[in-house]
Amino acid sequence: MSYAYYPGCSLTESAQEYDVSTRLVFERLCLGLNEITDWTCCGAGAVDAVSGLLALALPARNLGLAAKQYPGKDVMAPCSACYLNHLKVVEQTRHDRKLTARVNQAIAGEGLALDPGVRVRHLLDVLVNDVGEERIGQAVLVPLEGLVVAPYYGCQALRPYPVFDDPERPSSMDRILAALGATVLAWDKSATCCGASLMATDQDTALRAVAGILSAAGEAHCVATVCPLCSMNLEAYQRQALRGSGSAREVAVVYLPQLMGLAMGMSPEDVLLSKNLALTDRLSEALDRNHKQANIVSFRSDNHNRRVSPCSRTSSSR
Amino acid sequence: MRAESNHPTTLALPLHGKGHEPGHPDLPDPLDEVRDMVRACMQCGTCTASCPNASSMDLTPRQMWRCLLFGFTDEVLGSKTFWMCSACYSCTLRCPRGLPLTRAMAALKRLAAEHGPSAARRKGIFYQAFIDNVHKYGRVQEMDLMFHYFMAMRDPLLPLRFTPVGMKLLAKGKLHTPSGQHKGVLDDLFTRVREMEENP
Repeated sequence: MSYAYYPGCSLTESAQEYDVSTRLVFERLCLGLNEITDWTCCGAGAVDAVSGLLALALPARNLGLAAKQYPGKDVMAPCSACYLNHLKVVEQTRHDRKLTARVNQAIAGEGLALDPGVRVRHLLDVLVNDVGEERIGQAVLVPLEGLVVAPYYGCQALRPYPVFDDPERPSSMDRILAALGATVLAWDKSATCCGASLMATDQDTALRAVAGILSAAGEAHCVATVCPLCSMNLEAYQRQALRGSGSAREVAVVYLPQLMGLAMGMSPEDVLLSKNLALTDRLSEALDRNHKQANIVSFRSDNHNRRVSPCSRTSSSR
Repeated sequence: MRAESNHPTTLALPLHGKGHEPGHPDLPDPLDEVRDMVRACMQCGTCTASCPNASSMDLTPRQMWRCLLFGFTDEVLGSKTFWMCSACYSCTLRCPRGLPLTRAMAALKRLAAEHGPSAARRKGIFYQAFIDNVHKYGRVQEMDLMFHYFMAMRDPLLPLRFTPVGMKLLAKGKLHTPSGQHKGVLDDLFTRVREMEENP
C-alpha cells in the first residue's frame, strides 16, 4: 500500500519532526510514501480570505501533480489545514461540472487536470482505517505504559466533512494511543479550536483558546497532535497563554507519529523529540522508564528491524 | 445600531435602517454573494452557541446573519465578528439548515478588505501578506512572511509579541532564510486566477 504524499509547508519548516516521524512510522508499517514532486502551498487558512477561486486552484495544482505522478494513489496529508483544503476541491467539484471546468482551467497552464476519482486522506484516516489498531499494536516494542496522553484532534481533520471519524465525538486517535499502550485522557477539549491564525491577527483571543485547552490537559504527560498549526499554538505560545490564565502547569506537546515511533522502539533522536518546543521533565522521565522496562538493547539493530518489519510479506499480500 | 452591538443578548433592529435593501436594483451590494449563502437562516443560534470565539465578537454570528439579511451592509462590514472566525467549522457542521457559514465568514473577510472601512481593511493585511508570500516563493517561508506582515502593519509593538516565539524557533533551528527553490512556480496559476476573476 502506498500513497502520494503532500507534506505541506509547515512540515518542511517549523514542524520537521512531524515529517520525519511520519516517514519513519510509515516505513515501519510497510506503507510507501511518494512525495509529490514540485508541490506548492495549499493556501492554508489564509487563502479563503483573499480569493475563492485561488482557494481551490492552489490545492488543485497539487492534486493535478499527484494524478500525473502517481495515478490512482490516494493523496495523504498530515497537516489538517492542508488536508481540508485538498479535500474541499474534491467535495466542491464532485457534483459541479462548471466549477470543475473553472478549476481545471486555472491549473491548465502546466498541463494539469483534476482526477475526479482521487481520494484525499488525513494521516489519522490512513492510520486507523488502512492500518488499524491491531497492526499498530503488533509493531509496538516499548508500550507507553503509565503514560497519560491527551488526544488533540483540533478542527479541520474532523470538520466540516465527517470522512473518517465522528466529528462530535472523535475516537480514531484514542484507539491508536490505546494500541500503543498509553492511557488516554478523557477530556472535553479534544476537538476544541486552538485559535488557528488568530494567533497572528488577534493574539489575546487565541491565547485564551490555548489556555483553555492546556489547563484541561494538565493531568496528562503530553498532548498528542496531528496538525502543525495546532502544535505551534499549543507549544510555542504555552507560557504566554498560561501566564494569562494563572494556574495550570506546563504540558508537553508531541506529534502522534512521534509517540508511535517511540512505542515502536525508535529513539527520541530518531523522532526528533529535541525539536519540540514544549517538553517537560515529567514526559522525559516517563519515556525513560518505559524504555528501561522494555529492556531493549539496540533499537536500531538491523536484525531487530527485520524481525519487526516484514514489509515484503505485508506488501505482497496487498 | 452601534449601541445594539454592545448588547449581544438583544436584537431589536429598526425595520428601516440606513442599510441597503437586499437585492435593490439601484444599489448593487457587495454583500449579495454572502447574503445568498445565509438566506435560509432561521435564527436558531446554533452557530453562536458553537462558536469558540463568540465572546470576542461584537455581533454574535446569529446577529450578524440577521443584520446581513436585513440589509445592514455597513454594520456588517464594520463588525469584527467575521475577523474573529478561526475556521473551526463547528457552526458549519452543526447548522440545521446546512448553510456554509464558515465559507460566508471567509467571504466577508475578503469583501471587507475590499469594500469595508479602513480599519477593517487593516485586518486583512495578514491574509494578503500570506498569499503574497505563497505567490512569491511557492511554499510559505515563515520568517519572510512575518517580516512582511510586521512591515505592512506599521506597528512597532507587534513584533515584540512574537519575539519570545521567534527566539524559541531560532534556538531549535526552525527559522530559515527564505528558500528560492520554488520561486515563480505559481506565477502562471496566479495570473490565470486573476484573469478568470476579472472576467467571470
